[in-house]
Amino acid sequence: MADLKVTLSGLELDNPLIPASGTFGYGYEFAELYDINMLGSFSFKGTTLEPRFGSPTPRFAETPSCRINAVRMQNPGIDRVISEELPRLKKVFHKKVVANIGGFSVEEYAECCARIDKEEQVGIIEVNVSCPNVHNGCMSFGTDPLGVSAVTKAVKAVTTKPVYVKLSPNVTDIVPIAAAAAEAGADGISLINTLLGMRIDLRTRKPVIANRMGGFSGSAILPVALRMVYQVYEAVKLPIIGMGGVTSARDVVEMMLAGATAVEIGAANLVDPWACPKILADLPRVMEQYGITSLKDIIGGAH
Amino acid sequence: MCGASMKQGIYTIVEHKALTKDVYRMVLAGDTSAMTMPGQFVEISLPGFFLRRPISVCDYDEKTITLIYKVVGQGTDAMAKMKEGETMDMLTGLGHGFGVEKSGDTPLLVGGGVGVPPLFNLAKKLIAAGKKPTVILGFNRAEEIFYAREFEELGASVIVTTVDGSEGVKGFVTDALPPLFSFVYSCGPMPMLRALYRAAQGTAGEFSLEERMGCGFGACMGCSIMTKEGSRRVCKDGPVFDKEVLEWQI
Ligand SMILES: Cc1cc2nc3c(=O)[nH]c(=O)nc-3n(C[C@H](O)[C@H](O)[C@H](O)COP(=O)(O)OP(=O)(O)OC[C@H]3O[C@@H](n4cnc5c(N)ncnc54)[C@H](O)[C@@H]3O)c2cc1C
Ligand SMILES: Cc1cc2nc3c(=O)[nH]c(=O)nc-3n(C[C@H](O)[C@H](O)[C@H](O)COP(=O)(O)O)c2cc1C
Ligand code: FES
Repeated sequence: MADLKVTLSGLELDNPLIPASGTFGYGYEFAELYDINMLGSFSFKGTTLEPRFGSPTPRFAETPSCRINAVRMQNPGIDRVISEELPRLKKVFHKKVVANIGGFSVEEYAECCARIDKEEQVGIIEVNVSCPNVHNGCMSFGTDPLGVSAVTKAVKAVTTKPVYVKLSPNVTDIVPIAAAAAEAGADGISLINTLLGMRIDLRTRKPVIANRMGGFSGSAILPVALRMVYQVYEAVKLPIIGMGGVTSARDVVEMMLAGATAVEIGAANLVDPWACPKILADLPRVMEQYGITSLKDIIGGAH
Repeated sequence: MCGASMKQGIYTIVEHKALTKDVYRMVLAGDTSAMTMPGQFVEISLPGFFLRRPISVCDYDEKTITLIYKVVGQGTDAMAKMKEGETMDMLTGLGHGFGVEKSGDTPLLVGGGVGVPPLFNLAKKLIAAGKKPTVILGFNRAEEIFYAREFEELGASVIVTTVDGSEGVKGFVTDALPPLFSFVYSCGPMPMLRALYRAAQGTAGEFSLEERMGCGFGACMGCSIMTKEGSRRVCKDGPVFDKEVLEWQI
């Protein structure tokens, strides 16, 4: 019997598969399609203190192997997530969820995490530091070790739950950023968020997306994600949730060999809503093919 | 919301032909059980394209789905090159469609350009329910007209409008409105919907909207619009909305 169990900061998961934030809503669309309890966990839509409504359209562009989107943190706000989404979710998902939190100031991150801290359904808080800092020229928190450190410290001070800092790949060197999160007390690292990309329409000679640039994800980014997970695994001794371009059971194994304890799957869910159950069903076969009896044994195996 | 949930399947093209210079009709065979109401749509996966393409269901029965689409870009161009016998991966049964039961006895159906297709199955269902629909089909010029005869064959009263007057009533769909109708259903470009909203104030109705989609089944929030009842996803809460819920800047 293939052993798929992994443990993230004391939280035991039946398997390492976690749908990535922003690609799984608050779960119910998928709960209509299959029993989402088969998943290790899932990371819900990035949530901020205030409700936020979408960016101008068009919000999407693509290449044959990736999507680019500018959906910009649309969400109903933390209070409604706690009062409406979580109780609804409880009916269809009986495991602990990963609460993905965004913010535009250090105080906002802290306030959001303080409010969600009391929710027993939340197993891990995943802090998305790719958001722009409104107090610092809207530069992303995640591109600066000081910004990452400040957010991590503020969040750690208000919650007892494990805090995973979700890093942006849009940096010259990911290692000092991950180190800053670790020093500030993070319990784990999640990476990577979307890369910044764009496409230009030949007819209009203008960017396709109204916001000009957007987050690009999908199988095209797998090599970048693997490289960064590998680097962070070497640099900090914290569990890693690896993601970026994972679309198959082989990719999951590869991500774990690079150093991930659990693996998030994003864009793949939006192309094929049954992507996660298909990957899960295929994992034992791929494990057998490569002589893996327990997934725990291969974490960081490429080092 | 929608009864049965969506399905993914492989569909075989059993008929594919041009209706006008750039509008095609494609009939696909496969599992049609996910479709529950007129006005729903499918999401088509095309080789070499990451995002699926949303196309309204024009008609369906136990074995086939009929789509009518216009070539406007690379994806629809690739579709137009596909041959009978080839297969496509589609998500079916997407979205919340038209409420047939709301129609009253003399509903009005208004379609503009490639907004016409989803009204076809609606007209069929209305006629089957003993209603007397009037259908206004708006086009720019005579060469662009499609499906007027098919609607007539169903038993609907059909009025065609062309902007240049080359066939039917000259002008826009709003230049051909009958004096009385019990309910209005519409699908077409936003300027047309806006004009129709103004012209049909006082009569209830449902409009089908178009928005670019990042998934088509409610997971990415990428198709959200602001309505009087808050943020709604065109793909899941729509594409058909009660017209009074929409925000109209008139
Ligand atoms: C619910 C719904 C139903 C539709 N039904 C029909 C139909 O029955 N017949 C028909 O001809 N067309 C229909 N459309 C429009 C159709 O989806 C677009 O024409 C098509 O996606 C264009 O793809 P492309 O690759 O040729 O164009 P490109 O411009 O190359 O496409 C680039 C991207 O933009 C998207 N896009 C471009 N135009 C539109 C548009 N108008 N609406 C939504 N997305 C767009 C594409 O899907 C793709 O992701 C519908 C759209 C929606 C949202
Ligand atoms: C439509 C969409 C919305 C996203 N929203 C969020 C979000 O709210 N918070 C976040 O931390 N990451 C968000 N992401 C990033 C993903 O969680 C993930 O990190 C990234 O897409 C890389 O994985 P993938 O290649 O498997 O998609 C979003 C991605 C997509 C495609
Ligand atoms: S297109 Fe993804 S939510 Fe509508």
